[in-house]
Amino acid sequence: MPLIMGMSMLLVCQFVGELVARGLDVPVPGPVIGMVILLAALLVFGKVPDNLRLAGEGLLRYLTLLFVPAGVGLIGHFGLIGADLWPIVVTLVVSTAVTLAVTGRVLEQLNRRRNRRVQL
Amino acid sequence: MNIAAFDQLWVYLSGNPLLSLLMTLVAFAAAVRIKRALGGSSLFHPVTLSVAMLIGLLLLVDMDYATYFEGAQFIHFLLGPATVALAIPLYDHREKVRQLLWPLLLACVVGIVTAVGSTLGLAALMGAQPETLLSLAPRSVTSPIAMGIAEQIGGIPSLAAGLVLLTGSIGCIVAPWIFRVLRIQDTAVQGFTLGLAAHGFGTAHAFARIGAVAGAFSGLAMGLTGLVTAFLLPLLIRLAGLG
Repeated sequence: MPLIMGMSMLLVCQFVGELVARGLDVPVPGPVIGMVILLAALLVFGKVPDNLRLAGEGLLRYLTLLFVPAGVGLIGHFGLIGADLWPIVVTLVVSTAVTLAVTGRVLEQLNRRRNRRVQL
Repeated sequence: MNIAAFDQLWVYLSGNPLLSLLMTLVAFAAAVRIKRALGGSSLFHPVTLSVAMLIGLLLLVDMDYATYFEGAQFIHFLLGPATVALAIPLYDHREKVRQLLWPLLLACVVGIVTAVGSTLGLAALMGAQPETLLSLAPRSVTSPIAMGIAEQIGGIPSLAAGLVLLTGSIGCIVAPWIFRVLRIQDTAVQGFTLGLAAHGFGTAHAFARIGAVAGAFSGLAMGLTGLVTAFLLPLLIRLAGLG
Protein backbone atom coordinates (compact mmCIF):
# COMPACT_ATOMS: atom_id res chain seq x y z
CA MET A 1 0.00 0.00 0.00
CA PRO A 2 2.68 2.65 0.78
CA LEU A 3 3.81 2.72 -2.86
CA ILE A 4 0.20 3.24 -4.00
CA MET A 5 -0.33 6.05 -1.49
CA GLY A 6 2.93 7.76 -2.45
CA MET A 7 2.23 7.45 -6.17
CA SER A 8 -1.29 8.80 -5.64
CA MET A 9 0.11 11.87 -3.87
CA LEU A 10 2.43 12.56 -6.82
CA LEU A 11 -0.39 12.06 -9.32
CA VAL A 12 -2.78 14.29 -7.34
CA CYS A 13 -0.18 17.10 -7.43
CA GLN A 14 0.33 16.56 -11.16
CA PHE A 15 -3.42 16.51 -11.75
CA VAL A 16 -4.00 19.77 -9.87
CA GLY A 17 -0.98 21.21 -11.71
CA GLU A 18 -2.52 20.28 -15.07
CA LEU A 19 -5.86 21.78 -14.02
CA VAL A 20 -4.17 25.05 -13.02
CA ALA A 21 -2.05 25.15 -16.21
CA ARG A 22 -5.01 24.50 -18.54
CA GLY A 23 -7.60 26.37 -16.50
CA LEU A 24 -5.63 29.58 -16.06
CA ASP A 25 -3.85 29.23 -19.41
CA VAL A 26 -0.40 29.59 -17.77
CA PRO A 27 2.49 28.89 -20.17
CA VAL A 28 4.10 26.43 -17.70
CA PRO A 29 3.93 22.60 -17.94
CA GLY A 30 1.40 21.03 -15.54
CA PRO A 31 3.94 18.76 -13.77
CA VAL A 32 6.11 21.81 -12.98
CA ILE A 33 3.17 23.47 -11.26
CA GLY A 34 2.57 20.12 -9.55
CA MET A 35 6.15 20.24 -8.28
CA VAL A 36 5.56 23.72 -6.80
CA ILE A 37 2.32 22.50 -5.20
CA LEU A 38 4.10 19.51 -3.65
CA LEU A 39 6.96 21.71 -2.41
CA ALA A 40 4.50 24.12 -0.80
CA ALA A 41 2.59 21.21 0.78
CA LEU A 42 5.84 19.75 2.18
CA LEU A 43 6.85 23.13 3.63
CA VAL A 44 3.46 23.40 5.34
CA PHE A 45 3.40 19.77 6.48
CA GLY A 46 6.98 19.97 7.74
CA LYS A 47 8.27 16.56 6.64
CA VAL A 48 8.28 14.12 3.73
CA PRO A 49 5.83 11.24 4.44
CA ASP A 50 7.58 7.84 4.16
CA ASN A 51 5.30 6.54 1.43
CA LEU A 52 5.82 9.68 -0.67
CA ARG A 53 9.60 9.36 -0.27
CA LEU A 54 9.40 5.71 -1.29
CA ALA A 55 7.52 6.44 -4.51
CA GLY A 56 9.30 9.71 -5.33
CA GLU A 57 12.86 8.56 -4.75
CA GLY A 58 12.11 5.32 -6.57
CA LEU A 59 11.08 7.32 -9.63
CA LEU A 60 14.03 9.70 -9.36
CA ARG A 61 16.50 6.79 -9.09
CA TYR A 62 15.41 5.62 -12.53
CA LEU A 63 14.91 9.11 -13.94
CA THR A 64 17.38 8.49 -16.77
CA LEU A 65 15.43 5.45 -18.02
CA LEU A 66 12.30 7.58 -18.34
CA PHE A 67 14.02 9.77 -20.98
CA VAL A 68 14.61 6.88 -23.36
CA PRO A 69 11.20 6.67 -25.15
CA ALA A 70 11.27 10.42 -25.87
CA GLY A 71 14.90 10.24 -27.00
CA VAL A 72 14.05 7.52 -29.51
CA GLY A 73 11.67 10.12 -30.97
CA LEU A 74 14.75 11.63 -32.63
CA ILE A 75 14.14 8.93 -35.25
CA GLY A 76 11.32 11.04 -36.68
CA HIS A 77 13.46 14.16 -37.00
CA PHE A 78 16.41 12.98 -39.04
CA GLY A 79 15.25 15.26 -41.86
CA LEU A 80 15.19 18.39 -39.73
CA ILE A 81 18.42 17.44 -37.96
CA GLY A 82 20.13 16.71 -41.27
CA ALA A 83 19.06 20.08 -42.69
CA ASP A 84 20.21 21.94 -39.56
CA LEU A 85 23.11 19.66 -38.60
CA TRP A 86 25.85 22.29 -38.24
CA PRO A 87 23.74 24.91 -36.46
CA ILE A 88 22.65 22.20 -34.01
CA VAL A 89 26.11 20.75 -33.37
CA VAL A 90 27.87 24.12 -33.03
CA THR A 91 25.09 25.56 -30.86
CA LEU A 92 25.03 22.56 -28.53
CA VAL A 93 28.79 22.47 -27.98
CA VAL A 94 29.55 26.21 -27.85
CA SER A 95 26.48 27.27 -25.91
CA THR A 96 26.88 24.47 -23.35
CA ALA A 97 30.51 25.45 -22.79
CA VAL A 98 29.64 29.16 -22.49
CA THR A 99 26.80 28.41 -20.07
CA LEU A 100 29.08 26.31 -17.86
CA ALA A 101 31.79 28.98 -17.87
CA VAL A 102 29.48 31.94 -17.17
CA THR A 103 27.47 30.20 -14.44
CA GLY A 104 30.56 28.83 -12.70
CA ARG A 105 32.26 32.24 -12.83
CA VAL A 106 29.25 34.18 -11.53
CA LEU A 107 28.55 31.80 -8.65
CA GLU A 108 32.24 31.66 -7.69
CA GLN A 109 32.45 35.48 -7.62
CA LEU A 110 29.22 35.88 -5.63
CA ASN A 111 30.44 33.26 -3.20
CA ARG A 112 33.80 34.94 -2.77
CA ARG A 113 32.18 38.32 -2.28
CA ARG A 114 30.17 36.94 0.61
CA ASN A 115 33.59 36.00 1.88
CA ARG A 116 32.61 32.63 3.20
CA ARG A 117 32.64 29.12 1.95
CA VAL A 118 29.46 27.24 1.17
CA GLN A 119 28.35 25.56 4.35
CA LEU A 120 26.76 22.19 4.34
CA MET B 1 0.79 -29.20 -33.85
CA ASN B 2 0.84 -26.32 -36.19
CA ILE B 3 3.78 -23.94 -36.00
CA ALA B 4 2.67 -20.44 -36.90
CA ALA B 5 4.64 -18.89 -39.72
CA PHE B 6 7.38 -16.63 -38.42
CA ASP B 7 6.10 -13.56 -40.22
CA GLN B 8 2.61 -14.04 -38.73
CA LEU B 9 4.16 -14.29 -35.28
CA TRP B 10 6.15 -11.13 -35.95
CA VAL B 11 3.07 -9.23 -37.13
CA TYR B 12 1.32 -10.18 -33.90
CA LEU B 13 4.26 -9.32 -31.65
CA SER B 14 5.26 -6.06 -33.32
CA GLY B 15 1.72 -4.73 -32.93
CA ASN B 16 1.73 -5.58 -29.24
CA PRO B 17 2.88 -2.96 -26.68
CA LEU B 18 4.66 -5.71 -24.74
CA LEU B 19 7.47 -5.92 -27.30
CA SER B 20 8.55 -2.29 -27.33
CA LEU B 21 8.21 -1.99 -23.56
CA LEU B 22 10.49 -5.00 -23.16
CA MET B 23 12.90 -3.71 -25.83
CA THR B 24 13.27 -0.40 -23.98
CA LEU B 25 14.00 -2.02 -20.63
CA VAL B 26 16.44 -4.55 -22.10
CA ALA B 27 18.25 -1.87 -24.14
CA PHE B 28 18.62 0.31 -21.04
CA ALA B 29 19.88 -2.59 -18.90
CA ALA B 30 22.36 -3.52 -21.64
CA ALA B 31 23.51 0.11 -21.94
CA VAL B 32 24.16 0.30 -18.19
CA ARG B 33 26.26 -2.90 -18.43
CA ILE B 34 28.18 -1.60 -21.44
CA LYS B 35 28.93 1.69 -19.72
CA ARG B 36 30.17 -0.15 -16.64
CA ALA B 37 32.34 -2.43 -18.77
CA LEU B 38 33.89 0.63 -20.45
CA GLY B 39 34.93 1.98 -17.05
CA GLY B 40 32.09 4.46 -16.57
CA SER B 41 33.39 6.92 -19.18
CA SER B 42 31.02 9.90 -19.44
CA LEU B 43 31.33 9.67 -23.22
CA PHE B 44 28.78 6.86 -23.27
CA HIS B 45 25.80 7.70 -21.12
CA PRO B 46 23.34 4.78 -20.72
CA VAL B 47 20.56 7.00 -22.10
CA THR B 48 22.38 8.10 -25.25
CA LEU B 49 23.61 4.56 -25.74
CA SER B 50 20.20 2.91 -25.34
CA VAL B 51 18.52 5.56 -27.53
CA ALA B 52 21.09 4.84 -30.26
CA MET B 53 20.59 1.08 -29.92
CA LEU B 54 16.79 1.39 -30.05
CA ILE B 55 16.86 3.70 -33.07
CA GLY B 56 19.14 1.22 -34.83
CA LEU B 57 16.82 -1.64 -33.91
CA LEU B 58 13.67 0.17 -35.07
CA LEU B 59 15.33 0.98 -38.41
CA LEU B 60 16.49 -2.62 -38.72
CA VAL B 61 13.07 -4.23 -38.13
CA ASP B 62 11.27 -1.35 -39.87
CA MET B 63 9.01 -0.47 -36.94
CA ASP B 64 7.67 3.09 -36.90
CA TYR B 65 7.90 5.36 -33.87
CA ALA B 66 4.13 5.42 -33.26
CA THR B 67 4.07 1.62 -32.93
CA TYR B 68 7.14 1.67 -30.68
CA PHE B 69 5.63 4.40 -28.52
CA GLU B 70 2.49 2.36 -27.89
CA GLY B 71 4.54 0.19 -25.56
CA ALA B 72 7.12 2.76 -24.49
CA GLN B 73 4.45 5.23 -23.37
CA PHE B 74 4.11 3.35 -20.08
CA ILE B 75 7.66 4.38 -19.24
CA HIS B 76 7.23 7.83 -20.75
CA PHE B 77 4.13 8.51 -18.65
CA LEU B 78 6.18 8.30 -15.45
CA LEU B 79 8.07 11.49 -16.40
CA GLY B 80 5.13 13.55 -15.09
CA PRO B 81 5.09 12.17 -11.54
CA ALA B 82 8.92 12.11 -11.59
CA THR B 83 8.94 15.86 -12.30
CA VAL B 84 6.58 16.39 -9.38
CA ALA B 85 8.90 14.24 -7.24
CA LEU B 86 11.79 16.71 -7.84
CA ALA B 87 10.12 18.69 -5.03
CA ILE B 88 11.45 16.10 -2.55
CA PRO B 89 15.21 16.81 -2.98
CA LEU B 90 14.40 20.52 -3.14
CA TYR B 91 12.59 20.21 0.20
CA ASP B 92 15.44 18.15 1.70
CA HIS B 93 17.94 20.91 0.85
CA ARG B 94 15.73 23.82 1.90
CA GLU B 95 18.18 25.01 4.61
CA LYS B 96 21.10 25.25 2.18
CA VAL B 97 18.83 26.96 -0.32
CA ARG B 98 17.73 29.51 2.27
CA GLN B 99 21.36 30.30 3.23
CA LEU B 100 22.50 30.81 -0.33
CA LEU B 101 19.20 31.89 -1.83
CA TRP B 102 20.30 35.11 -3.53
CA PRO B 103 23.66 33.98 -4.98
CA LEU B 104 22.01 30.80 -6.27
CA LEU B 105 18.99 32.58 -7.75
CA LEU B 106 21.17 35.22 -9.39
CA ALA B 107 23.56 32.59 -10.81
CA CYS B 108 20.56 30.58 -11.95
CA VAL B 109 18.95 33.49 -13.83
CA VAL B 110 22.29 34.57 -15.36
CA GLY B 111 22.96 30.96 -16.38
CA ILE B 112 19.54 30.49 -17.96
CA VAL B 113 19.71 33.79 -19.86
CA THR B 114 23.20 32.80 -21.07
CA ALA B 115 22.02 29.34 -22.10
CA VAL B 116 18.90 30.51 -23.92
CA GLY B 117 20.50 33.66 -25.35
CA SER B 118 23.61 31.95 -26.72
CA THR B 119 21.52 29.06 -28.04
CA LEU B 120 19.01 31.22 -29.91
CA GLY B 121 21.71 33.66 -31.04
CA LEU B 122 24.09 31.04 -32.41
CA ALA B 123 21.42 28.88 -34.00
CA ALA B 124 19.71 31.87 -35.64
CA LEU B 125 23.09 33.20 -36.83
CA MET B 126 23.82 29.85 -38.46
CA GLY B 127 20.44 29.81 -40.14
CA ALA B 128 18.54 27.11 -38.25
CA GLN B 129 14.84 26.76 -39.04
CA PRO B 130 12.24 28.11 -36.59
CA GLU B 131 11.14 24.64 -35.36
CA THR B 132 14.76 23.72 -34.66
CA LEU B 133 15.31 27.04 -32.91
CA LEU B 134 12.31 26.65 -30.62
CA SER B 135 13.20 23.02 -29.86
CA LEU B 136 16.77 24.03 -29.00
CA ALA B 137 15.74 26.83 -26.64
CA PRO B 138 14.95 24.72 -23.54
CA ARG B 139 17.90 22.35 -24.08
CA SER B 140 19.64 22.84 -20.72
CA VAL B 141 16.52 21.92 -18.74
CA THR B 142 15.74 18.39 -17.57
CA SER B 143 13.69 16.69 -20.32
CA PRO B 144 10.25 16.33 -18.73
CA ILE B 145 10.22 20.10 -18.22
CA ALA B 146 11.97 20.85 -21.53
CA MET B 147 9.36 18.87 -23.46
CA GLY B 148 6.56 20.75 -21.74
CA ILE B 149 8.25 24.07 -22.52
CA ALA B 150 8.93 23.12 -26.15
CA GLU B 151 5.27 22.26 -26.57
CA GLN B 152 4.22 25.59 -25.04
CA ILE B 153 6.47 27.75 -27.22
CA GLY B 154 5.86 25.90 -30.49
CA GLY B 155 8.89 23.63 -30.73
CA ILE B 156 8.81 19.85 -31.24
CA PRO B 157 8.77 18.03 -27.86
CA SER B 158 10.50 14.84 -28.99
CA LEU B 159 13.21 16.78 -30.84
CA ALA B 160 13.67 18.94 -27.73
CA ALA B 161 14.05 15.78 -25.61
CA GLY B 162 16.75 14.44 -27.90
CA LEU B 163 18.63 17.75 -27.89
CA VAL B 164 18.39 17.83 -24.08
CA LEU B 165 20.03 14.40 -23.95
CA LEU B 166 22.85 15.54 -26.28
CA THR B 167 23.35 18.71 -24.21
CA GLY B 168 23.69 16.57 -21.08
CA SER B 169 26.40 14.36 -22.52
CA ILE B 170 28.29 17.30 -24.03
CA GLY B 171 28.11 19.16 -20.71
CA CYS B 172 29.64 16.26 -18.79
CA ILE B 173 32.48 16.01 -21.31
CA VAL B 174 33.46 19.71 -21.43
CA ALA B 175 32.78 20.63 -17.76
CA PRO B 176 36.00 19.22 -16.19
CA TRP B 177 38.04 21.07 -18.80
CA ILE B 178 36.22 24.38 -18.17
CA PHE B 179 36.56 24.06 -14.39
CA ARG B 180 40.30 23.55 -14.84
CA VAL B 181 40.73 26.54 -17.18
CA LEU B 182 38.70 28.89 -14.96
CA ARG B 183 40.19 27.40 -11.77
CA ILE B 184 36.78 26.71 -10.23
CA GLN B 185 37.59 24.38 -7.35
CA ASP B 186 34.66 24.75 -4.94
CA THR B 187 32.72 21.49 -5.27
CA ALA B 188 29.37 23.15 -4.49
CA VAL B 189 29.96 25.64 -7.33
CA GLN B 190 31.02 22.84 -9.68
CA GLY B 191 27.92 20.83 -8.81
CA PHE B 192 25.50 23.73 -9.19
CA THR B 193 27.05 24.68 -12.53
CA LEU B 194 26.77 21.12 -13.83
CA GLY B 195 23.15 20.81 -12.73
CA LEU B 196 22.25 24.09 -14.40
CA ALA B 197 23.94 23.46 -17.73
CA ALA B 198 23.59 19.67 -17.99
CA HIS B 199 20.47 18.86 -15.87
CA GLY B 200 20.13 15.20 -14.77
CA PHE B 201 23.23 14.06 -16.64
CA GLY B 202 25.25 16.73 -14.84
CA THR B 203 23.73 15.70 -11.52
CA ALA B 204 24.60 12.04 -12.05
CA HIS B 205 28.10 13.08 -13.11
CA ALA B 206 28.52 15.35 -10.07
CA PHE B 207 27.47 12.57 -7.67
CA ALA B 208 29.74 10.00 -9.30
CA ARG B 209 32.81 12.08 -10.13
CA ILE B 210 32.98 15.02 -7.71
CA GLY B 211 31.13 13.98 -4.55
CA ALA B 212 27.98 14.20 -2.42
CA VAL B 213 28.18 17.97 -1.89
CA ALA B 214 28.42 18.58 -5.62
CA GLY B 215 25.61 16.09 -6.21
CA ALA B 216 23.24 17.79 -3.78
CA PHE B 217 23.89 21.23 -5.28
CA SER B 218 23.59 19.80 -8.76
CA GLY B 219 20.17 18.30 -8.01
CA LEU B 220 19.12 21.62 -6.57
CA ALA B 221 20.33 23.47 -9.67
CA MET B 222 18.46 21.03 -11.91
CA GLY B 223 15.16 21.59 -10.09
CA LEU B 224 15.62 25.34 -9.79
CA THR B 225 16.66 25.74 -13.43
CA GLY B 226 13.67 23.74 -14.61
CA LEU B 227 11.32 25.80 -12.51
CA VAL B 228 12.78 29.22 -13.38
CA THR B 229 13.13 28.38 -17.08
CA ALA B 230 9.53 27.19 -17.28
CA PHE B 231 8.43 30.64 -16.14
CA LEU B 232 11.14 32.69 -17.87
CA LEU B 233 11.50 31.09 -21.30
CA PRO B 234 8.01 31.80 -22.69
CA LEU B 235 8.64 35.46 -21.77
CA LEU B 236 12.13 35.49 -23.36
CA ILE B 237 10.72 33.92 -26.53
CA ARG B 238 8.01 36.56 -26.72
CA LEU B 239 10.63 39.29 -26.16
CA ALA B 240 12.78 37.87 -28.95
CA GLY B 241 9.71 38.01 -31.18
CA LEU B 242 9.75 34.29 -31.97
CA GLY B 243 6.54 33.16 -30.25
